[in-house]
Amino acid sequence: MSFSDWVNISDPLENNASPYGASENIPYAIGSGLWEIIGGILAWILNMISPGNGVSTWLISEAVTNALGLVLMVVVFFAVIFIVNLTMIWMERKVLGRIMDRRATRIGPLGYLQCLADGLKTFLKEHIMPDKADKMGYMWAVSIVIGSAVLIAGMIPLSPRWFLADYGSGLLIIFAIFAVSPFMILVAGWAQNNKYSLLGGMRAAAQMISYEIPMLLVFASVALMAGSFNINDIVQFQAENTWFIIPQIIGFVVFMVAAVAEAERIPFDLPEAEAELVEGWQTEYGGMKWGLIMLSDYFRGYVACALGAIMFLGGWAIPFVDGLVVPELVFLLKVMLLFFILIWARGTFGRIRTDQILNIGWKVLLPLAVLNLFIVVLLKLGGVY
Amino acid sequence: MTSKMWVTMGPQHPFSHGLWTLKVKIDGEVISDAIPIIGYLHRGWEKECENRTYPQIIPMADRLCYSASMTWSHVYVNTVEEALDIEVPERAQYLRVVADEICRIQSHLMWLAAMGTDLGNLTVFLWSLREREMFLDLFVKLCGQRLTTNYPRIGGVRNDMPYLFERDCMRVVELFEKRLWDIIALMDDSAIFLSRMQGVSKISRKEAANMGLTGPAMRGCGVDFDVRRDDPYEVYDLMDFEVPVHKDGDAYARYAVRIEEMFQSCEIIRQAMAGMPDGPVRVKAPRNVPEGTHFARIEDPRGEAMMHLISDGTDKPYRLKVRSPIFVNVSGAKRMVVGTRMADVPAIMGTIDMCLGETDR
Repeated sequence: MSFSDWVNISDPLENNASPYGASENIPYAIGSGLWEIIGGILAWILNMISPGNGVSTWLISEAVTNALGLVLMVVVFFAVIFIVNLTMIWMERKVLGRIMDRRATRIGPLGYLQCLADGLKTFLKEHIMPDKADKMGYMWAVSIVIGSAVLIAGMIPLSPRWFLADYGSGLLIIFAIFAVSPFMILVAGWAQNNKYSLLGGMRAAAQMISYEIPMLLVFASVALMAGSFNINDIVQFQAENTWFIIPQIIGFVVFMVAAVAEAERIPFDLPEAEAELVEGWQTEYGGMKWGLIMLSDYFRGYVACALGAIMFLGGWAIPFVDGLVVPELVFLLKVMLLFFILIWARGTFGRIRTDQILNIGWKVLLPLAVLNLFIVVLLKLGGVY
Repeated sequence: MTSKMWVTMGPQHPFSHGLWTLKVKIDGEVISDAIPIIGYLHRGWEKECENRTYPQIIPMADRLCYSASMTWSHVYVNTVEEALDIEVPERAQYLRVVADEICRIQSHLMWLAAMGTDLGNLTVFLWSLREREMFLDLFVKLCGQRLTTNYPRIGGVRNDMPYLFERDCMRVVELFEKRLWDIIALMDDSAIFLSRMQGVSKISRKEAANMGLTGPAMRGCGVDFDVRRDDPYEVYDLMDFEVPVHKDGDAYARYAVRIEEMFQSCEIIRQAMAGMPDGPVRVKAPRNVPEGTHFARIEDPRGEAMMHLISDGTDKPYRLKVRSPIFVNVSGAKRMVVGTRMADVPAIMGTIDMCLGETDR
């Protein structure tokens, strides 16, 4: 018996059969529908200008509709993810305001538009780059940090009918991209030519090494138990059996701790510890670059919570009322629930120290993750799952 | 990252809580050397006093420290009264004690707030400032000002208690004692907080005495000394209170001493309010101070505040020397931070409770 007997890693890009019907993809339907409207209007105008031209027919041809439908699908998908992230930022501010007994956000209904106002403000700020910074590293590193956060948010399906791509090895690719940004934080810290940034970057690297291994072991145990790296399969398996939080409660705890460390939030926000390192690796970034870094932090927080919901809370599956409620909303509700725990931790705990974070990573989380994997193997061998 | 490098923390740095610099030499994250640099806020305070009449210096003494203005004007007034050899009315003495203890609590709450942000906990910051508002409101009622109170006068205090001040004071103290437990729960029940504070930057009893530490920083190292009890001024000898002393000498001990001091201050306020006699609050003081050398000391929230006055018989001091507790305490910064990590610097320096106004003068 080998690993490949249990886990299906045959074709990374194979489009697995989805329980809800694989062909249906709502973002794509909306995207191509949008193009039918926009392209139709364009073709109508062009046809009025010069009747009977070839461009009008080409614009509304099936090939162009398909291609531009794909582009618009990405736009639709990210619009939704962006709104979800704004909601999460709003939620964090509101809940923290409640915890801290203060006013939180004030612009717009219930203060919901505060993030947009802040975004506009950062957008209008001057772009400042330190004179002696390494221009290449300074710009590219932060672009990759932001880009990777957005990319991996796009790789997580909200439901079997709301996704950008359905990978056979979804979990592995997500993990791989999740791990890119600490390297780039190291580069960014180096490129800024600032001692605080450098220390922040080094801390990010140390933190990454100690937290990715337990996290990878948890990913492996989840994939082992479900028998697949595909997110649809994992959720389907949980819907048919039990949510993985019950057999893998240790794994869930390990994952949440590691996810907080990955998302660099209090109590594990050492790379940007503002008390001693000013703003850590972000010290020299200003204006919209800083705004995007902040936004990407929330994208990473969203990804961490979404992975927690998918791997342990059954994703979009919900017992008893399955099929009666919108699966996307169920999924987002679970994400918000996990994110609430993160906010709660932020409002309660202080920041931990560098050597302590490494101790927790290596001496507590790693053994627990191995124990979790061991339990999964035992359950699998015992034929429970 | 094996080579050592100097990192200049300050003067504009989130940890410094004021305008000062701590240059640290780090090896990776471990600190091997440190130099505190102060003096950014030097205003020539002592020299300026030589050109002011004695009553004019009282509001200036408020500006020595924004969060302990009451005790600083108090120590100045005490020095001049010592020189004039006048007896302050008993009611004024009680009022000064109440005002001092309110000042101590709000100063410690300011420290607690700063400590919270130093350790990355914004909730402690906001909760502490929320409680502090109550005591600042008491100041507004008593003196008309929140920070620079300008309350003590040579020969008494400026005004008597306002209507219903005693009731407000008791309400605030009672509410505060309940709410302080919430903040303590947030800090002491958190393993993260304890691991950041316990065993960090240990100072022995002897070292503390040799460095000249005073105040909570000294009492956290096991030195049992408090000016209020051991050299009582005003009516502190009539008050029944304990002086919290911890023997560990680490950052947590200094934190715990301050927390317990807040409870003791509440107790003192209660006793002073109960024992407050009737009578005048101010006596007339002569304008000129007879020739001589005098000093007075009181227990500032940060340590032992002392003023040394040389008068030449005119209405202006010949020389007024301030003994600032933080100026002495911060000289121990190197001893405190060497051997710890970069991340410990805010936690350790936070327990000193820096105030640069009185340090640089």
